[in-house]
Amino acid sequence: MDLSEAPRIATREAYGLSLAELGKSRGDIVVLDADLSGSTRTKYFAQAFPDRFFNCGVAEANMLGVAAGLATGGKTVFASSFAMFATGKAWEQIRQSVCVPELNVKICATHAGLTVGEDGKSHQMLEDITLMRVLPHMTVLVPADATEAAAAVRAAAEHDGPVYIRLSRASTPVLFPEDHPFAIGKGHLLRDGTDLALIACGVEVVEALAAAELLAQDGFAVRVIDMPSIKPIDEDLICAAAEECGAIMTVEEHQVCGGLGDAVGEVVGARCPVPVHKLGVHDTFGQSGTPTELLAHHGLDAAGIATSARALLTTLAADNKKGRA
Amino acid sequence: MVLSKELKLEVERTARGVREDIIRMVNAAGCGHPGGPLGMADFMATLFVAHLNLKPENRDAPDRDRFILGNGHTCAGYYSLLAQRGLFPREELLEFRKFGSRLQGHPHRSAELGIDMSTGSLGTGLSVGVGMALAARLDGHGSRIYVASSDGESQEGQIWEAATAAAHYGLANLTVLVDFNNVQIDGHMRDVMDVRDLREKYTAFGWHAMDVDGHDVEAIHQALCDAKTESERPSALICHTVIGKGVSFMEDQPGWHGVAPDNEQAAAALAELGTG
Ligand SMILES: Cc1ncc(C[n+]2csc(CCOP(=O)(O)OP(=O)(O)O)c2C)c(N)n1
Repeated sequence: MDLSEAPRIATREAYGLSLAELGKSRGDIVVLDADLSGSTRTKYFAQAFPDRFFNCGVAEANMLGVAAGLATGGKTVFASSFAMFATGKAWEQIRQSVCVPELNVKICATHAGLTVGEDGKSHQMLEDITLMRVLPHMTVLVPADATEAAAAVRAAAEHDGPVYIRLSRASTPVLFPEDHPFAIGKGHLLRDGTDLALIACGVEVVEALAAAELLAQDGFAVRVIDMPSIKPIDEDLICAAAEECGAIMTVEEHQVCGGLGDAVGEVVGARCPVPVHKLGVHDTFGQSGTPTELLAHHGLDAAGIATSARALLTTLAADNKKGRA
Repeated sequence: MVLSKELKLEVERTARGVREDIIRMVNAAGCGHPGGPLGMADFMATLFVAHLNLKPENRDAPDRDRFILGNGHTCAGYYSLLAQRGLFPREELLEFRKFGSRLQGHPHRSAELGIDMSTGSLGTGLSVGVGMALAARLDGHGSRIYVASSDGESQEGQIWEAATAAAHYGLANLTVLVDFNNVQIDGHMRDVMDVRDLREKYTAFGWHAMDVDGHDVEAIHQALCDAKTESERPSALICHTVIGKGVSFMEDQPGWHGVAPDNEQAAAALAELGTG
């Protein structure tokens, strides 16, 4: 897949545009924001439907409580802030007031992960997948590009119950055509191969594809899977990868503890045991820097992923030899 | 106590330095928050020059004063003050927000730099100030705890939990300085989510609360002196400021909350500040 010519659109931008579009046909949609409507792009909805938009100010916990209350009145509520504050400040409200009563609140959080950049550790949310995945009744989606983000927003609006959508600040290449078949619970095979399977989500899908290209130059055929639905997760696609490739490497701009890697590991451990090597942030907070510098620092750019994959493939080959000897 | 002539001159010189540093730092970083700290420069300089007992020699002293920047996004001005007070070289300011820099996009606690608390998530600072004030009281030393906050931050519920606790514990050694500029990210605070009269609110919560012109260094000095004479109540200075103060095209403009001036704008700003 040559992405050099692909248009670059941030998933937060696709979110804002698709939400404003949905507002036309869905009069039940109400949108909340916490003083970040320009950054989260809920401003598009606010401009089109000012009566169905409420700016809650810098008060995220209150916003999630208000969202729950609106949902009890039959509204489909989209609530946005940065991932740090939407899930961090308001986790208890999400648990008690949204997930326990199973309300129709969609938390669409932008500026997730390292690619926030210069704002640094206070703003680089690296624990949100874990925090949201652990909650009963919550669906967790991490779209890889603008097309998938728009599809995730439509799917969330259709879905009855709480949904978390993790979105990025950085502009990234558009990977998928308009007719990309998105569904909650489904992953996508983007590149076939049987030496190793890379399973990625969010901005890391592009990096994983580029890493597979680098590895192909070394003679390795690496499978690449886009896994936008972290919960529920596509168990069959994971098990097919485990059986056909013999090893899995997961890639996410998130703590390895509790994220995509652990979600994949849970399936593999129970159904189709093979080695699962998890790339992500290893038990540390972020720091200021450009997205490019930060991804490279954590080995989460294409070159870093390829280096880790080569090391894993070498170890596996050595183990295989030993096993045969 | 009146502000002596020499001290007043030093405060004014420091505030000018803060404003210049903010423009240079945010311009060099290509991102960051110039508006808020430009508006805070006068009251912050008064605090750091005439009141806060923090210098390179006492940075490790347990009984020195403490400072928390609750509205952590305004740290460009804070870093300039720390540098001007000698805690680290002023040249380092241009490393702001860069990969590997000690001057992170939002403050990170550092004994070396004299940064007493990590902030950046609004609403967290004042509670930590309550804890620091309790610790100082337990240890029986006379250090004072200063917390900067803002009108936007006053929308966070945690601020009011902290305010309740501070009054309940009678923390006279705690002072909050609220940057009240009627601006937040999405526009003017009164349009987005009006926090109304913060002096009345803090008073109702049991504080000694004062409205102050946040650009009048003598008035700020007087209010900080008044705070020191309190024996039972924490003090709140509601500092009325203009965001972007000193740079005409940034004044009262919500758009300059978190956007970096380009080279041309930075040159124009520095010219207005008298150092272009
Ligand atoms: C908990 C939290 N929510 C949101 C943000 C993003 N944010 C940074 S500054 C800001 C506006 C704060 O208002 P104020 O301090 O009055 O802004 P200023 O006067 O500096 O423009 C927001 C919403 C944050 N840092 N922390």
